[in-house]
Amino acid sequence: MNQLKELFENKEGKILSIYFTAGFPELNDTEKIILELDRNGVDLIEIGIPFSDPLADGPIIQASGQQALDNGMTLELLFQQLKNIRSKTQIPLVLMGYFNSIMQFGEERFCQKCAEVGIDGVILPDLPLEFYQDTYKALFEQYGLNNILLINPQTSEERIRKIDAVSSGFVYLVSSNSITGSNKDLSLQNEYFERIKKMELNNPKMVGFGIHDAKSFDHATKQTEGAIIGSAFIKSLSDRATLETKIEKFVKSIQGAKNILKEANLEL
Amino acid sequence: MQPTNGFYGEFGGAFIPEMLYPNVNELENEYQEIINSEDFQDEFRNLLRDYVGRPTPLYFSKNLSEIYQTNIFLKREDLNHTGAHKINNTIGQILLAKRLGKQRIIAETGAGQHGVATATACALAGMKCSVFMGEVDIQRQAPNVKRMELLGAEVIPATSGSKTLKDATNEAIREWINNPVDTHYIIGSVVGPHPYPDMVAQFQSVISEEIKVQLKELIGNENPDHVIACVGGGSNAIGAFYHFIDNGQTNLIAVEAGGLGVDSGKTAATIALGKKGIIHGSKTFLMQTNDGQIVEPHSISAGLDYPGIGPVHAYLADSGKGKVVSVTDEEAIKAGIFLSRKEGIIPALESAHALAYLEKEKFGKDDIVVVNLSGRGDKDLATYQKYI
Repeated sequence: MNQLKELFENKEGKILSIYFTAGFPELNDTEKIILELDRNGVDLIEIGIPFSDPLADGPIIQASGQQALDNGMTLELLFQQLKNIRSKTQIPLVLMGYFNSIMQFGEERFCQKCAEVGIDGVILPDLPLEFYQDTYKALFEQYGLNNILLINPQTSEERIRKIDAVSSGFVYLVSSNSITGSNKDLSLQNEYFERIKKMELNNPKMVGFGIHDAKSFDHATKQTEGAIIGSAFIKSLSDRATLETKIEKFVKSIQGAKNILKEANLEL
Repeated sequence: MQPTNGFYGEFGGAFIPEMLYPNVNELENEYQEIINSEDFQDEFRNLLRDYVGRPTPLYFSKNLSEIYQTNIFLKREDLNHTGAHKINNTIGQILLAKRLGKQRIIAETGAGQHGVATATACALAGMKCSVFMGEVDIQRQAPNVKRMELLGAEVIPATSGSKTLKDATNEAIREWINNPVDTHYIIGSVVGPHPYPDMVAQFQSVISEEIKVQLKELIGNENPDHVIACVGGGSNAIGAFYHFIDNGQTNLIAVEAGGLGVDSGKTAATIALGKKGIIHGSKTFLMQTNDGQIVEPHSISAGLDYPGIGPVHAYLADSGKGKVVSVTDEEAIKAGIFLSRKEGIIPALESAHALAYLEKEKFGKDDIVVVNLSGRGDKDLATYQKYI
C-alpha cells in the first residue's frame, strides 16, 4: 500500500518530485500529466487542489489555481479523475491543498476517497501541527494516509522534533522564508540544510519552494533525499507545445543534468 | 470575552502555514504581558486621550429618540483622529510592535480607513509602513491612497485574485512570510489567526469601557438595553459589545451588510449565508461555494465588504449571545442621509448600516439604545451624492 515508504527505502539517488495544479492548463489534464511525469522518470507527484485564497503560494501557482477554478475544477471532480489511476501507474501520489477544501468536502469522506483512489499522503500547509495531532491524526491513520508537515528555517529544534514525530512519509523542508516560486539564492541555505541533516530525523527530507532548475535541485538535495519543483514546472506548461513535449523537455532539464553528473561519477 | 487556547467555542484558532508559526507564536507569547504592563498602558492611554481625542462623546440624540419613541445614544467614534474607530487598534499595535523590536509595519486595507490609521500610527512612531490594497480598491478609494502617501506610507497594489480586501490580506500575509523577523503585521479587524482577534478586541474594548462610564453619569445605570453596531470583520462591534457580553441585561445587535438583499447573490451577510470554514487563518463563518472556494462579497460599504467575520462574532451568533441582522445598501444609504438631515452628522456608510436597524425593531419607550457611530462619512460623499 505505502508507495511513499517504498520509494524512500529503495530509491538510489535523489528523488525528484513534481507539483502540478489539478485542472490546469485544461480541466481534464490530470491523468495525462501524471502518466507523462511517470513515463519521464519523475519519482513522486504532488497534485495541487486549487483554492481561491492560497496563502502560502506565489503568483504562478495562484494563477494556475485560478485558471483551474475557472475551468471548473473541484475536489469532487479530482477524485473522479483519479478513480482509475492505480490501474495505470504505481507512482506515489500526494495531494496538496488548503484545509478549507477538506473541511467542506468532509474530513472523513476526504480520507476515505484518498484511500479509495490510492493517494499516499497529503500536504495541508494551513492545518497546524497541534490541531492535526488533537483532531485528525487518528482519522488519517485509520485510512493509511500520510500527513506531511512543513519545516522552515525559523522552526525551532524542539518544534522540528515534534513535527518529525507527527509527520509520516517525509518532512517538507521549506527552502527559505518564502512563499512558493520565489527564486531566492539557495546557497545561503547551506547552514539550514546541514543543521537539519545533523538532527537525523526519523523521516526522509524533501526540499521545496524555490527549486526551479537543475542547479537549484542539485543544491537542495546535497543534504536531503530529494526536492520538489512546482512553480517552475507550471510555468513550463504555459509553452505552446503539446503536453507530452513540454513535460519531457522540463523533466529532462532537471534529470538530464543529473544523469550527466552521474556518468561522470559525481555525487549530487 | 477571552478565547480559550485561541478558540471562542469552536471558532478561531491559528490555521496558518508553518512559515508563519514563529511570528504568530512570538506574538502569542508576548502580547498579553506587554498589553498588561503599566508602561504600555500609560503610553496607550495617554495617546488615546491626547492624540486620538478620547473619550469620544456619548451623545443623546433627542431628534432620533423622538422619531423612534425610545432613548437613543450615539457613541461618536467618528470624532476620533482619522475619523473612525480604526485608530484605537493601530495605536495599540504600533506600541506593541515597538516593544517587540520590530522595524517595519505592514497592513491590509479595503476602503483605506485602516490603511490611513496604520500610516498615521507609523508616522507618529517613526516606523516604515507598507499598506497592501487591492488594485480595484486603489481606483475606488483614490483620496485615501493619497492620504496614506502623504503620511509617508508605501501603498502596494494587490493584483491577485479579485484584487480587493481579501486579496490585500493574502498579500500582506505572504509579505509577512517573506519577512518574518523585522516586520509586524497590523491586522485591521478582529480577524486572522489567534492572537489577533483577541488583541484587536482588547484595543477596541475602550469603546464599551467608555460607554459604561458615560451612561452611568448620564442615566445612573451603566448597562444599556441594546447596543447596535455594524459588522464586517467586526472590530467596532466587538469594541462596543465587549464589556456588555454576558451581563444578562444588554442585547447585542450586529448589523451585517445585506448588499442588494441576502438572497440576491450580491451581499456580504456572512452569518446569514456563510458556512463554517477557514479564512485568513481563522475558523469562522464565511461565504463560500460547496467546493470551499471563497466568494467575493458585495456591499455598498467597502468596510463591510469582507467574506468572513471575526471568530468572536461567529461564536456570539452561534451561541445566541448576540443577535445578527442585516440591512440592504438602500436602507443604509437612506439611514445615512436621514442622520445627516436630522442631526447634522454625516455617518460612514458602514455606521449607516447600524442606524438603519432603528427602522427594523420597535424598542420600548424607556429602553436605552446605544448605536456605535463607528466613523464619519466624508470618505463616502461620492456614493451619497448619487442618492441626493
